[in-house]
Amino acid sequence: MKKAFGPLLAVAGVMFVVAPFLIANAPYESTMGLIQKIFYYHVPSWFAMYLAIAVCGVASAIYLFKGTPVADAYATAGAEVAVLFGANGLVTGPLWGRVAWGVWWQWDVRLTTALLLELIFIAYLMVRRFGGPGAEKLAAATALFGTATAPFVYKSVDIWRTVHPNTNVIPTLRPSMGGPFAFSSLAFLLLSTLLLTARVHLAKRQMMVDQLYLAHEDQL
Amino acid sequence: MSLIPQLLLALVLQPPPGQSEFVPVNELPAAEKLPAAPFLIVAYAFVWISVMFYLWTIWRRLNKVESDLDALARKTPQR
Repeated sequence: MKKAFGPLLAVAGVMFVVAPFLIANAPYESTMGLIQKIFYYHVPSWFAMYLAIAVCGVASAIYLFKGTPVADAYATAGAEVAVLFGANGLVTGPLWGRVAWGVWWQWDVRLTTALLLELIFIAYLMVRRFGGPGAEKLAAATALFGTATAPFVYKSVDIWRTVHPNTNVIPTLRPSMGGPFAFSSLAFLLLSTLLLTARVHLAKRQMMVDQLYLAHEDQL
Repeated sequence: MSLIPQLLLALVLQPPPGQSEFVPVNELPAAEKLPAAPFLIVAYAFVWISVMFYLWTIWRRLNKVESDLDALARKTPQR
């Protein structure tokens, strides 16, 4: 992965440069017009967040039950990347809503649960940062609750009445819209995978620093 | 006593269901083009800037960790 990281990052960069051109050529949506094009960045941001949450959740479960330090590195990386892409979704959504609905925010079930999901993973990072000894285990348990919440956030638009478009819009996209959307989603998923890889590498190096510190202390 | 009328009113005032399909059109009304564009640009710019910022923070933290590793490796003699 180390050798492939640079070329893959370049591929992701090129995809992010090409995506706006494909999105610009996609047709306008009949009721929302130009502003609906935020969709091509907004939804893939959430996809990237869900991927990062899945990584964080699985890694947290492994760390919680087996205590594998590498799993903790993956969990931290997943939580950070989840917060990053969740923030993207929470910023692009209100920009879309301001024009489409006339308001920045609605305490609608999808928007509210999405905000809560973001707050759970911010809580994960804060527990790790300020929780003191044993905070890793507490954070891992928090991540499990966050991961369990994610499917409800995704399906909330189908279960409850909401102003937010439901999940059916994606499978029913016409090819002229579906093509740019698939391309943009791939770009986001590739980018989030690369960010996760880079962050895991950083966490592993930090673990090495900690081990060297301990070895150095033992010698004194 | 007044619970039933209130419940009926709440039922009548339910929000409409969410949109279930995006229908493409070829022409966009001219009045819609100008107000939406800045929002779209800000949304795309935010995504770009946030990702670049996060990459920069990883880069910065990695450089610090590498320098710590070098310093510790020099301090700790090989056994």
